[in-house]
Amino acid sequence: MEERTRVRGLTGLKALFHKELADHLRSRRFLILLLLIGGTGIASLYGAISGLSDVEDSNYLFLSLYTTSGNSIPSFMSFIALLGPIIGLALGFDAVNSERAGGTLNRLVAQPIYRDSIIIGKFLAGTAVIAAIIYTMGIGLGAVGVIVTGVKPSGEEVWRILVFLTFTVVYVAFWLAISIWFSVVCRHAATSALASIALWVFFAIFMSLVSNIIANAVYPVGDDYHAMINSYNNYTLNLGLNRISPYYLYSEAVSTIMNPTVRSVNIVTMDQLVGAVSGYLSLGQSLLLVWPHLTGLAALMLIAFGGSYIGFMRQEIRTN
Amino acid sequence: MKETYQNACADLPESVCKTIGGGTGMSENNRNVIEIAHLTKQYGDKRAVDDLNLSIRRGEVFGLLGPNGAGKTTTILMLLGLTEPTAGTALIEGLDCARHPLEVKSIVGYLPDNVGFYPDMTGRQNLRFTGQLNGLSGKELEERIDGLLERVGMTEAADRRAGTYSKGMRQRLGIADVLIKDPEIIIMDEPTLGIDPEGMRELLNLIRELSVEDGRTILISSHQLHQIQQVCDRVGIFVEGRLIASGTLSELEEQILKDGSYLLEVNVHPCDDKLLGMLSAQEGIEKIQKEGNTFLITSKQDIRGQLTKFLGEKEYTILHLHQRGGDLDEIYRRYFEKAGQNDERNDYEEKKKHGWKHGRKNARQGADRA
Repeated sequence: MEERTRVRGLTGLKALFHKELADHLRSRRFLILLLLIGGTGIASLYGAISGLSDVEDSNYLFLSLYTTSGNSIPSFMSFIALLGPIIGLALGFDAVNSERAGGTLNRLVAQPIYRDSIIIGKFLAGTAVIAAIIYTMGIGLGAVGVIVTGVKPSGEEVWRILVFLTFTVVYVAFWLAISIWFSVVCRHAATSALASIALWVFFAIFMSLVSNIIANAVYPVGDDYHAMINSYNNYTLNLGLNRISPYYLYSEAVSTIMNPTVRSVNIVTMDQLVGAVSGYLSLGQSLLLVWPHLTGLAALMLIAFGGSYIGFMRQEIRTN
Repeated sequence: MKETYQNACADLPESVCKTIGGGTGMSENNRNVIEIAHLTKQYGDKRAVDDLNLSIRRGEVFGLLGPNGAGKTTTILMLLGLTEPTAGTALIEGLDCARHPLEVKSIVGYLPDNVGFYPDMTGRQNLRFTGQLNGLSGKELEERIDGLLERVGMTEAADRRAGTYSKGMRQRLGIADVLIKDPEIIIMDEPTLGIDPEGMRELLNLIRELSVEDGRTILISSHQLHQIQQVCDRVGIFVEGRLIASGTLSELEEQILKDGSYLLEVNVHPCDDKLLGMLSAQEGIEKIQKEGNTFLITSKQDIRGQLTKFLGEKEYTILHLHQRGGDLDEIYRRYFEKAGQNDERNDYEEKKKHGWKHGRKNARQGADRA
């Protein structure tokens, strides 16, 4: 009796994590995602190799495999920035509401486990699957690149790629958390899928238009006079608004990390350029440059997960 | 304990309380497994559960009866610590359900209404997952799963995907799922809903078995009276968040009859309005209703003998004569009337009266209504 009533917090979480992981890996959804990401990976590698001859800078050639576009095929980096969210959304959009609809949530919460281990288990399992996909694809792409082109990666390049992949996992996990949040709030899986896709499309496509409109309204640059006094502020505001979008934040951060020639992410005045010696940034300096981006996106991910966590914990369990 | 019951039936005539209180007094040394005191749950303006007091003894099968929306599920959720009570306490084995939900849930098995399983996993995998959540593993778990599948008759279908199961199979797997943790107390929410008669018989046998052979305490919530009266030791009638009566079937029945309204069904030939007039003039008859060819006669005492003689003298042939009462359906109806539910639920009652004559059909109607 005493042994039975002992609190078993971690046991429940472990069992839930394993079950969710097995669910994901066995599902057709996972296979489709793998094909999608695999296909884009191969396509982007093909584009990169054909565009490689046009790369002027022969240093950091290996990184160009990830960042070069050619034959009008986007680079792996921009592909992932655009399609990565799909992985997160697909894995999470029905996390909670399908359990609710299927009557399994009732059964689950009646077991002697902490209620939060249900949602933590789902998030961790989803993130594990995301990490598996991203690292496999990223490292696999590099491996194929080595074989095909014969370009050897330097130590720093390997580190840069690992930072890039890790950050991609955080980015996709953010979208996973968002879709889990929607699955807590929305009753039907279809609603939560649509809502999270809408958010993704907004950030990926419309956010830049919206921030442009706002920036132009606040700091008009219509004629020469206004352009002269307002263009600096206009650009800064535009950039600031754009950075609200996780898509932009991520793109900016990873293009800095994967491209050692990027020396600034903000507007640079002529003053600042005077006497500057052109050269590469070390990995540490690149990281420093986008550190606010990295922490910002990690914070966004935690906020999104926190939202779904609180939403789930406060929700009534009853189905009707 | 007596006090608890006094509260439970504060609105009822004293005689009821006496009956019920007396019933529990006999087994005072039997410790109560579930103790609910002044439990209240408020949703906005609506009181889902209103000052509920209830004790359930070890090893008994208790039926919580009431129409949909009476607050049965809310009560159950509070017992499991899944919903916070607005006021009052619920104790299971002396543990406060709101404060120690984990300990409570490890000794209570809960079979929700419309129990669901992960459709892509087999029945066995579903059970294994529940076992793991309860900290079981390895050989012990596998043996227990095999034993339970055997017990609920699901061995054949165990390795099929749960998505292909019928409602009855899901219900049986649900019982195996509840038993995985070897609970002392089992709570079932509407277990008989939407099950065919054969499945129902098996289910009721299983419930009996769990109570008698395993000695588990079972709490069943339902609005389907016929099924419940076959297995319950005691029932509580629950309307609009209040427990308006509780006790064994015979106690409730006795109480109803003591209240002095006998209801007699009479079917005679020829069936004419003249008889209606003559009967109304008879002594002892309070009210006569005509339903089709059947007269419903309400009286203060048993007038069967008197009536037979009277009808014989007037040369009427008695085709059907039946004293209502004695089954849960009737008891249920009477208590509703008493609780002032009658007007609101005329439609409901009408259906029930109809269903009453057709026995089995009643169950089906219950399901439709749900």
